[in-house]
Amino acid sequence: MYGNDFSAPDGATDEAPGGLLGEVEAAEAELRAAAARGRRGGPAPDEDLAAYFAEVVDAEQKIEPRDWMPDAYRRTLIRQIAQHAHSEIIGMQPEGNWISRAPSLKRKAILLAKVQDEAGHGLYLYAAAETLGISRDELVQLLLDGRQKYSSIFNYPTLSWADVGAIGWLVDGAAIVNQVPLCRCSYGPYARAMIRVCKEESFHQRQGYEILHTLAHGTPAQQAMAQDAVDRWWYPSLAMFGPPDGDSTHSAQSMAWKIKRFSNDDLRQRFVDMCVQQAEILGLRIPDADLRWNDERQAYDYTQPDYDELMQVISGDGPCNRERMAHRRAAHADGSWVREAAAAYAAKRAEQREKVAA
Amino acid sequence: MTDHSPLWEVFVRARRGLSHTHVGSLHAPDAELALRNARDLYTRRQEGVSIWVVPAGAITASSPDEKDAFFDPAADKVYRHPTFYEVPDGVAHL
Repeated sequence: MYGNDFSAPDGATDEAPGGLLGEVEAAEAELRAAAARGRRGGPAPDEDLAAYFAEVVDAEQKIEPRDWMPDAYRRTLIRQIAQHAHSEIIGMQPEGNWISRAPSLKRKAILLAKVQDEAGHGLYLYAAAETLGISRDELVQLLLDGRQKYSSIFNYPTLSWADVGAIGWLVDGAAIVNQVPLCRCSYGPYARAMIRVCKEESFHQRQGYEILHTLAHGTPAQQAMAQDAVDRWWYPSLAMFGPPDGDSTHSAQSMAWKIKRFSNDDLRQRFVDMCVQQAEILGLRIPDADLRWNDERQAYDYTQPDYDELMQVISGDGPCNRERMAHRRAAHADGSWVREAAAAYAAKRAEQREKVAA
Repeated sequence: MTDHSPLWEVFVRARRGLSHTHVGSLHAPDAELALRNARDLYTRRQEGVSIWVVPAGAITASSPDEKDAFFDPAADKVYRHPTFYEVPDGVAHL
């Protein structure tokens, strides 16, 4: 879905040089380094497979598709990667809503490219999930049947053009904070897909920030539109990091397996700390009266999002859940004749080749 | 509703002079569409100058279970590496 290194149009950099994109580079270098020192072959014939798996993970080596892995590790990865892939695909809808109404040809071309990227990221991730032994058809069906979830954020509507900017800045920003650590995930195909996703995303957040920056320095009406978008997207973006650590069901095991590297609350804090200065440069207000620097913690204190609302949206009662799923199902059904025609054409061509060969 | 398009593995040559490298996979009904899909999916930012697509089913892979036995014969042939040999001091161009 999303990502970026948080650089702003007028040099509002967030943190250490290189920022998040630098971390992606570092994760990639680490992956190569781990591969280089990985002289450990497969398990010995009489070796305990679980111990072998633990040894590989502890040594920061990657688990690859045909390696033995615990069933629960496989299931967790399928669930997480599939949910991530579905999020990319559903995530095309809120932004796609503005392609035909983008304010200029340039903005339209950029938004089209961004939405196309989301489709691509969904496909990289589906391919990574398939290496775990589940088929694409099954994954698509699980989404259409509502048996697998996608990120709750895409169940909020995009009401104005400024929302496209807010999605880029806040939603893509939150997503990249989540995703950069996944570049170090213990499962090779997922880590590699995430490196690809995070690298490609370096334009997404920047384009969103630029849209907001332009509006925030425009007419009073444009400024108000930008502020309204930030007001509506701030808390849902904070909720993207999931429930607080105490209530997060999958976290501890995922951390032990090195699928996940940081807790939900740690990542949420990191995101807040990055956004404060970026908002100042935009000249927009983060809608939190209790947001202030805590010198003791060396971090910002902030108001938590409404987790009851998050649970309600996850369970299907967000503003756009039904619309998003109905749209996805219709798109899949409307595309079936294309898939059938392509398959029929491929079969015909194969038949002709056989005749020529015979 | 189901779609049984076969799976293809995609290899991209990033630049002239480099070998094709596996970048991922995709589904497509035939080779021609697999190539076009691979272009749209894996080279949106000029990542390649050449693409191979191979039906995933046509790849024969060594099994991880027999990995040790399979690669073992190479393990005791250190003399295949130039570092195995001791070179007397003062020898040039060796």
